[in-house]
Parts: sequence; C-alpha cells; structure tokens
Amino acid sequence: MHTLLSQANPGFVPPSSADFDFAPIFGNSILFTKPVLLVFFSVILAGSFFTLSARKAAIVPSKLQFAGESIYTFIRNELGRDVIGPEFMRFVPFLFSLFVFILTNNIFGVVPLLQFPTMSHIGFPIGVTIFSYVTYHYVAIKKHGLKKYVTDICFMPGIPKPVYLILTPVELLTYLVTRPLTLSMRLFANMFAGHLLLLVFTLGGEYLLTSGLILKFLSLFSFSFAIGLSFFELGIQALQAYIFTLLTALYIAGALADEH
Amino acid sequence: MFNRFGFLASAEAGASPVIPKPAEIIVGFVAFGILFMLLRARAVPRFEKAYKDRTEAIEGGLARAEVAQREASEALQMYKAQLADARGEAAKLREEARAEGSVILEQMRATAQEEATRITSAARSSIEAERQAAFNSLLNEVGAIATELASKIVGESLDDQARQSRVVERFLAEVEKSK
Repeated sequence: MHTLLSQANPGFVPPSSADFDFAPIFGNSILFTKPVLLVFFSVILAGSFFTLSARKAAIVPSKLQFAGESIYTFIRNELGRDVIGPEFMRFVPFLFSLFVFILTNNIFGVVPLLQFPTMSHIGFPIGVTIFSYVTYHYVAIKKHGLKKYVTDICFMPGIPKPVYLILTPVELLTYLVTRPLTLSMRLFANMFAGHLLLLVFTLGGEYLLTSGLILKFLSLFSFSFAIGLSFFELGIQALQAYIFTLLTALYIAGALADEH
Repeated sequence: MFNRFGFLASAEAGASPVIPKPAEIIVGFVAFGILFMLLRARAVPRFEKAYKDRTEAIEGGLARAEVAQREASEALQMYKAQLADARGEAAKLREEARAEGSVILEQMRATAQEEATRITSAARSSIEAERQAAFNSLLNEVGAIATELASKIVGESLDDQARQSRVVERFLAEVEKSK
C-alpha cells in the first residue's frame, strides 16, 4: 500500500507525532494550546454535569440524576467497595474523579470537532499519576508506619533469605518506578496509538479523495474504516479510564492490606 | 512501523511524544485537582445522601409496613376476642332472662291462681250467706204468710173453687201491697 501510494502521488505525508503538536491558539503562551484548553474544558464539563446531576439527590432520580448516579455507583461499588474493602468510602471521591477525568479527556478523541484525546500528551497522564502514586504510598505509610512499609517492601515475609538478592530490587523498582511508569505510559500509549490510527485512515481517505478516479472510490473504504475504528476507539477510551482507576484501587487496596 | 510514524525518533517533528512537557504535567495535575475537589464537595456527598435516603426509604417502608401489619392483626385478634366475649355475655344474659322470666311467670301464675281461688271462695261464701239470709227471711215470711192465709181461709167459706182462688189472689195482692 505504501508503494502504491508512493507511485500514485509521492506527495502523501503519513501522520506522525508532529500531528500531536499544537501551536498556541493565540500569543506564545503554552497555556492556550488545544490540549490544555481541552483539559480545562473537561473539568468544566464533567464538574458541571455531575454537580447538576447530584444537586437534587432525590430518592426517585430524574434522568439526569440517574445518568450521573449510574456512573458514580459503578465506580463506588465495583472499584471502591469490591476492590478496596471496608475502608473504601474514603477513596471513592478520588477514584470517581479519576475515572471521570480520564474518561472525559479520552472521549474527546472521538467527539466531532474536538477530536483529540488529551491523554495522548504524556504530560497529562503523568499529572494524574502523581495523585495515584502519592496516594498509595501515603495510605500505606499512614497505616503501617514508614519503617514497616519499607521493610515489608524490601523484605517480603516468608521468603528464603537468598531470594532477597533478586526480590528486593524488583520489589523496590515495582513500587517506586514501574507502577507509576506503566500507569501513565499505558494510558498515553493507548490514546496516542488510537489517535494515530484514526489519523492514518482519515488523512489517507482525504488523500485518496484528491487522487485519481479509482482511488477516489477506495477512499470510501478508508473513511468507513475510520468511522468503524472510531467506535472501536470509544471502547478503548472507556476501557483505559477503567483500567487506570482499577489499578489505582488495587494499589490502594495493597497499601491497606496487612502484608505486601 | 512506529519508527516510521516518528514514535521513537522524531527528527522532523520536534520533541519525542514520550518526553513530557512540564507545563502539561502541571496542567494535568491542577485540572484533576480542581475536578477532584469539585466532585468531592458537590457530587459524592449528594449521591451518597440519595443512596442513603433511598435505602432508608425502602427499609423504613418495609419496617413501617411490618409494624402496620402486626398492629392490624393484633387489632383483629382483639376484636375477635371482644366479639366472642360479647356473644358469650349475650347468651348468658339471654339464659338468665329466660330463667328469670319463667320464674316470674310461675310466680304470676301462682298469684293469679291464688287470687282466683280467693275470689271464687269469697263469692261462694257471700252467695251462701245471701242464700241463708234469703232462706231465713223467706222462712219467717212464709210462716207468717201461711198463718195469715190459713186464718183467712178458715175465716171464709172454702166451698167453691172460685171463692177459694179469689181469697188466694187477694191475699197475694195484700202481700204484694204490704211489701
């Protein structure tokens, strides 16, 4: 396909990471790029939706309250109560916000006109991961004390002593580096790759449309693929928000558990 | 493939996408922080309240229904017991009344019988007395009349039948007159 495209028109430029760079909308301020504005827009959108939805707190919910409450109840029960256990209520606001924030920003990727998943800029997942990272360390230190926490990580109980030679560095690396790295990287890479995939089919379709007659017909396939993949992406976007929240809940549950 | 898209090296497109921009980390951090505070203050407590109210409404409703049910069945039991009591009471009263009535009836009958006997005997004795009196006075008068009649008969001739009957008739008229 690549060669075919090259032969037809050597002018086709495949989408690259450059398509993820946005110039400031006005001025030179980095605060006014599309992704940054989208992030703040997501806060306004999600914040107002759930505030309005929860405002009446009626026993018999309206449609709006039911919609908000369904998402809330899902996170509260599936990720809070079932994963963390009896102390879950403390963490429900955090898990709920986490899911809502990531989900909204991901879904921007398939919303017409917005069409950019903000989490495909690695800075944003990192900003959110800091919260998860600090939370699960803080919870563990507060619950067990710093000394016991470090000892439990470095010297997992019930293991033959020589194994510590391998296990201790691995454990340390897991708790301090791997977990936050994978959390933010997983989210970023999924959104980045998904958006790139949509770009390939959309830009490809657009390019084909401007080419010869037969290729114009082929653009139809390219565009329908882009539409199909958009729905596929929607699934991935929701799934990634869920996974990020689930893993955070699991890390918190681990921090609260008596043995690591 | 990723290389072709500039995933690892992006010579033509500025910084690699895996190198975070500090400004975006801060924006992500702050934006999430704002949303977290907002939802913690405005959404979660309200959803929890609705959840709690709903649980209470359902459980409270069930409890209230149970209490009402129990009260109703207690009341029913009470009414049934009262009804049975009342029925027993009524039957007893009826029985008593009947017994009392028959006693009274018996008494009345006895009294009436007595009275009747008394009246009958009184009447009988008074009749007897009257009869006696009448008999007495008749006895005297018959005696006197007979004497008088005899004297009259003796005084006049008794030969013819006509005269005889005339004398008797005259005598009777005199008796009638003298009365």
